[in-house]
Amino acid sequence: MAQNNRESFTLWKPASGDRGGTWFLGVLALVAVAVPILNQLVPTSSAAHLSVFGITLIGKYLCYGMLALAIDLIWGYCGILSLGHAAFFSLGGYAMGMYLMRQIGRRGVYGDPILPDFMVFLNWKSLPWFWYGFNHFPFALVMMALVPGLLAFVFGWFAFRSRVTGVYFSIITQALTYAMMLAFFRNDMGFGGNNGFTDFKDILGFDLHADGTRVVLLVLTAVALAASYLACRYIVESRAGRVMHAIRDAESRTRFLGYPVESFKLWIFVFSAIVAGIAGALYVPQIGIINPSEFSPINSIEAVIWVAVGGRGTLYGAIVGAVLVNYAKTYLTGAFPEVWLFALGALFVLVTLFLPRGIIGLIPSRGQDK
Amino acid sequence: MSTRDKRLNIENVTVSFDGFKALNDLTLSVDPGEMLCIIGPNGAGKTTMMDVITGKTHPDAGSVRFGSDLDLLKMSEAEIVAVGIGRKFQKPTVFERLTVFENLELALAGTRSFLKTLRARISAAQQDRIEEVLEIIGLSNQRFSLAKILAHGQKQWLEIGMLLMQNPELLLVDEPVAGMTPQEIERTSELLRSLAGEHSVVVVEHDMSFVRSIAKRVVVLHEGHVIAEGDMDKVQKDPRVIEVYLGV
Repeated sequence: MAQNNRESFTLWKPASGDRGGTWFLGVLALVAVAVPILNQLVPTSSAAHLSVFGITLIGKYLCYGMLALAIDLIWGYCGILSLGHAAFFSLGGYAMGMYLMRQIGRRGVYGDPILPDFMVFLNWKSLPWFWYGFNHFPFALVMMALVPGLLAFVFGWFAFRSRVTGVYFSIITQALTYAMMLAFFRNDMGFGGNNGFTDFKDILGFDLHADGTRVVLLVLTAVALAASYLACRYIVESRAGRVMHAIRDAESRTRFLGYPVESFKLWIFVFSAIVAGIAGALYVPQIGIINPSEFSPINSIEAVIWVAVGGRGTLYGAIVGAVLVNYAKTYLTGAFPEVWLFALGALFVLVTLFLPRGIIGLIPSRGQDK
Repeated sequence: MSTRDKRLNIENVTVSFDGFKALNDLTLSVDPGEMLCIIGPNGAGKTTMMDVITGKTHPDAGSVRFGSDLDLLKMSEAEIVAVGIGRKFQKPTVFERLTVFENLELALAGTRSFLKTLRARISAAQQDRIEEVLEIIGLSNQRFSLAKILAHGQKQWLEIGMLLMQNPELLLVDEPVAGMTPQEIERTSELLRSLAGEHSVVVVEHDMSFVRSIAKRVVVLHEGHVIAEGDMDKVQKDPRVIEVYLGV
């Protein structure tokens, strides 16, 4: 019977597989292998050489892809549209930034062994309590996940318990990230005010300006993205994933079946915030700066557009959308800077009107969900 | 089955909304395994009665007991579902973008917390139960179809199937054949009849020929009160029923 049952397992779902996801993981693996080779082994003189600039760009796209993945998990599967996910991304980034600031040590402009430059500049005499421990990488690592997760937990607990849903939820997430931005702009918050953190020197003793370090960071980002993708896929393919679908389609019916809808939403929202936080943490050492503008509401909205363009409810579609839109942004802001925002808006309108399933929807899928 | 012996007793229940008495000293009981049909003109209190049984509405007076030991008025909606009272609403709500099988899977009794559903697997017994219900509701061949492509009647059956997954002792079914084709009505009548015996079934319905086809006992409500009960023929001959409902 046990054997029999195992077979009938695959029966409950049409064998759609996850072709797109497998392709995505393959391409990601290829990037993780090709980038080190093109940068380290191909001579600088060759046209095929990948510069640090190129690595930074790819690293940025992958971090954005991870943010898009986090948004798709809650929006595409659970129907929760967060317009404040950049807040979690930025908090992860700030946690990493605090570690990197403490690593600068005496090499800062003012040469203070403990205090980062901006604190010396503000005439602070000692390190604020919330900066303690950030000189230890493991502590900082925990904070990169814990701080965004905790904010999501508290925020989500209140919002979901009060049955705040739909557009109202979206609006308060916008308010959340906007409030965070205003707070982080203030000098006396202790996070460097509008300058944020920059001028990092090294991470775990490795020089951040060295090609080798950047290559390793990029590979780690690719690994983190693949791991988050697999974790999200595990969730959406579990029964919990089907409950999320149910919540999206008929919330009160799901509640009537006895599922604790609020707790499902909270868990998934916190998980999504943690993924976004880790993406932000990986973003900062590669880009070399974090400041309050990362919290700005437009960033969260842009991230939602990536997901819509790529195709929500597929996970890999969100990542593809993030990479494509950002590639277009890199190109357009270089070639025609004034056009970008119009192009972004037009893209969103066109996708909403003509491609409700995003770019991924253009690829004919076998069976299911036509 | 020894556990399926609970009788539903509604005694002297009154519910009023702003002075209007939706239920007026209603007394009614449902025997184990019985098929009972409730009819009555609009505003007779049929839906309010369902609301009271399922804990959605609280009566001003009276008692509602399930078996000898359960006072339904002291229980929450979720608790009432848990002791074995399932309700099918008028409008079918199934999960459109899940398959028929997945709809039934989610309705399985048991696992409800996030962390548990994350690791939940369908056991052999559960698999068999789902197959059994698919058979009962006649959707075995549609098990992998998304619920949204089902016909209206099929959605109703799927929803009844979802109720069955929770093994209720008492099924409350609100207007099951509204909007159905004659073939669907016939199929629904067979389905409900097959459920009686194993479950107590209470059906609220307007369609007289349908009621005639399934019910052994019919209760007529009028202004929140039982004005007649018995088999269909007896009820139809009752002068008060003719006056208030069936027309002359």
